[in-house]
Amino acid sequence: MIRSEAPVLLEIRGLHARVEDQPILHGVDLTLRAGEIHAVMGRNGSGKSTLSKVLAGHPAYTVTAGSVLYRGDDLLALEPEQRARLGLFLGFQYPIEIPGVSNLEFLRVATNARRQARGEEELDTFAFEDLVRERLQVVQMDPAFLDRSVNEGFSGGEKKRNEILQMALLEPLVAILDETDSGLDIDALRIVAGGVNHLAGPDNATLLITHYQRLLDAITPDFVHVMAAGRILRTGGKELALELEERGYDWVDEELARWQPTPVEVA
Amino acid sequence: MSSAVGDLVSQPYKYGFVTDIETEKIAKGLSEDVVRLISAKKEEPDFLLQFRLRAYRQWLRMREPDWAALGYPKIDYQDIIYYAAPKEREKKQSLDEVDPLLLETFDKLGIPLSEQKRLSNVAVDAVFDSVSIATTYKEKLAEHGVIFGSISDAVREHPELIERYLGTVVPSNDNFFAALNSAVFSDGSFVFIPRGVVCPMELSTYFRINSGDTGQFERTLIVAEEGASVSYLEGCTAPMFDTNQLHAAVVELVALDDASIKYSTVQNWYAGDENGVGGIYNFVTKRGHCRGDRSRISWTQVETGSAITWKYPSCVLQGVDSVGEFYSVALTNHRQQADTGTKMIHVGPRSRSTIVSKGISAGHSSNSYRGLVQIAPQAVGARNYSQCDSMLIGDQAAANTYPYIRCQQSNASIEHEASTSRISADQLFYLQSRGIGFEEAVSMMVSGFCRDVFNQLPMEFAAEADKLLSLKLEGSVG
Repeated sequence: MIRSEAPVLLEIRGLHARVEDQPILHGVDLTLRAGEIHAVMGRNGSGKSTLSKVLAGHPAYTVTAGSVLYRGDDLLALEPEQRARLGLFLGFQYPIEIPGVSNLEFLRVATNARRQARGEEELDTFAFEDLVRERLQVVQMDPAFLDRSVNEGFSGGEKKRNEILQMALLEPLVAILDETDSGLDIDALRIVAGGVNHLAGPDNATLLITHYQRLLDAITPDFVHVMAAGRILRTGGKELALELEERGYDWVDEELARWQPTPVEVA
Repeated sequence: MSSAVGDLVSQPYKYGFVTDIETEKIAKGLSEDVVRLISAKKEEPDFLLQFRLRAYRQWLRMREPDWAALGYPKIDYQDIIYYAAPKEREKKQSLDEVDPLLLETFDKLGIPLSEQKRLSNVAVDAVFDSVSIATTYKEKLAEHGVIFGSISDAVREHPELIERYLGTVVPSNDNFFAALNSAVFSDGSFVFIPRGVVCPMELSTYFRINSGDTGQFERTLIVAEEGASVSYLEGCTAPMFDTNQLHAAVVELVALDDASIKYSTVQNWYAGDENGVGGIYNFVTKRGHCRGDRSRISWTQVETGSAITWKYPSCVLQGVDSVGEFYSVALTNHRQQADTGTKMIHVGPRSRSTIVSKGISAGHSSNSYRGLVQIAPQAVGARNYSQCDSMLIGDQAAANTYPYIRCQQSNASIEHEASTSRISADQLFYLQSRGIGFEEAVSMMVSGFCRDVFNQLPMEFAAEADKLLSLKLEGSVG
C-alpha cells in the first residue's frame, strides 16, 4: 500500500506562517506521495486549519519561513486560483454562501478553468450538465441544488456534499479536506466518506484534517500525523489514530511540554 | 477587508475619444434671446417658442435643488453653450448624406447606422451633441403607423401630437433642471405608437456628447395609445474632458388604456478620472404617466457613468389597475456620486408598483437610493413592493438608502426590504480556490447581485450590461 517510490506530489518543509501578528505554524514538515491518504489530527488551535488555508493560498495568512513544493514547483509563488487549476483542492470546513451566483454556473466555470489548465476542451452548458449529473451520484446529491445559489440555504451536510461534488468535478491531484466530517450526521458522513474513497486513487493524494476517529473509520489513512502548537508532533500508521481515540490528547500536552521551543525564523 | 479589493480602479474609459468635426455653436450664456435663437434655428411653431419662454421665466425664479446627497462646485449657467450642432450640408434625406465622420463615430461606439451593418432588430435614433443625425428603419416603422425619429422632425411633421403631449407629464416648472431643459432643449427622440399597435422592433436612441463646453439638453417623448406597446432603449457615452459637462434631459412617457411602455437605459457617460476630475453632471427628470386603465410603464436603468447622477425615473399611476416598475443597477467607482431612485405615485385604484434597486459602490464613491412611494386617498387597494440592496466593495465607499413612504389610503399595502452586503474576502477566496480568477470572481458576484435587474433588460442588452459592469470593475483589483 505504501509505495515509497511513488512520485511526491506535495512536499512541505519547515513551514512557518502567521495570521495578522499571530504566529501559528512553527515548522511543519510533511510529504504526500501519489496514492497516499494522510490524516492530520490535533486539537482545535493546533494549526491544522491554518495549514490547509496556507496551502490553498488564503490571503490572510503569511508564510514567514519554509517551503512547499507541489510536484516539484514552488506552490507558494502561485495565486490561489493557479493552485486550484493545477490540481490542488481545499474542501472547506465552513463552505461560504455566495448569494446570486448560481451553483451550476459556478461549478461549470470552475471545472472549465481546471480543464483548460489540463489542456482539455472547455465544456459547454449541455456537456457540462451531463458531466455534473454523472458526478452527482458520487455524493447522492439532489440535482435541485444545482439551481440554487452557491451554498445558499444549504444545510451543513448539503454544503459538505457540495464540496465533494466540486472535488469530483475538479479531479484534484492533492485534496485537502478540512474537518469534512464536522457537523455531519452518520448517514451524511457515510456518503461523504464514500465520495472521498471513490475519488482517491493511485495518482492522487488526500490530506484529511480532523480531530475525530470516526472519519477514519470510514476512510482508512496510510499515515496519521498528530499536530500540536503548529508542528507535527508525531507520525504513525492508522493505529496512531486509535491510540488518540483511547488516550485523548492529554499525552500530547505532556510531550509538547518536553519540547524545546525552536525560535521562529523570519523570512 | 483585503486591500486588494479596496484598490478597485476602473478600466480606462473606451469611449473617451473626440470626433473632430466642424460644429455650429452659439455663444456661451443663457438669456431670453438665446431661447428665441434656439427656437428660431429650429424653425419652431409659436406654441413651442411660448413653451420655452414660459419655462425660461419660471427657471429664472427657481433655485437649484440641494437636498440630494451630492457635492459639486456651483455650476455657472452663463459659462455653458446651449446649442451645438454638427455643420450639415442641408437637411439630410438619407444616410448617404450624413457626414461620414459621424457615421464612423457611431461605428466606433458599436452603433452602426449604415444599411448593411445596422442592427437587424433594433431601430436606432443617433443623437450627436444636440442634434439627431440619423434614424434607422424609419420607413419600416411607418408602415405600422409607428412614428420614431428626432423630436425636431416631429415638431415639423406632427406638431399637433407635440402640442398635445409635450410637458403634460413633466411640466416646465416641475423642477430647476426640467425648467432649464424646457427652455433650451435641442433634440431628442419622439415615439408614437398608435392604438392597438405592438411596435415590431426595439427602438433605441443613442446619445453622444462630443463638445467639451456644451450642455446637452435632450427631450424625449414617448406616447403609447390604447392597447399599444413598445420597448425602448437609451444608451449614452461622452469623451473624456477634464472639465464637467452638464446633461439635463427630460423624458416623458404617456401610456393610455391597456398600453405598455418599457424604457431601458444603459448609461455610460464619462465618469471622470480616479481623482474625480472631469465627467458628466447628469441631472435628469424622467417620468411616466400611466394615464389609462390597465396601462403599464417599466423603467430599467443601468447607471455606470457620470461624475454626478441625479435621476429618479418615476411613474404616476393614474389608471385603474395600472402598473409601474423600476429596476435599477447603479454602479459607482472612484469619486463618482449617485443619488438615484424613483417615485411611484399611486392615484388609480388597485394600481401596483415594484421597485428593485441594486447599488454597488466601490472606490471612494457614494451611492444613494432615494425613493418615494405615495398612495393617494382614492387609490383603494394599491400595492407596492420595494427592495433596495446595496453592495460595498472596499472600505472607502458609501451606500445610503432614503425611502420615503406617504400613504393616505388605509386599504393599501406597502412593503419595503433593504439590505447591505459587502463582497467578503472569504467569498472571493472560496471562488479563487476553485480556479476562478480574482476579477472574474468579483464580476460573478456583482452580476449575481444584479441579476434581478438584468433579467428585465431586452435580451441583446442584458449581456451588454453584464459586460459593461465587468469592464468597469476590471483591471480593478490588484
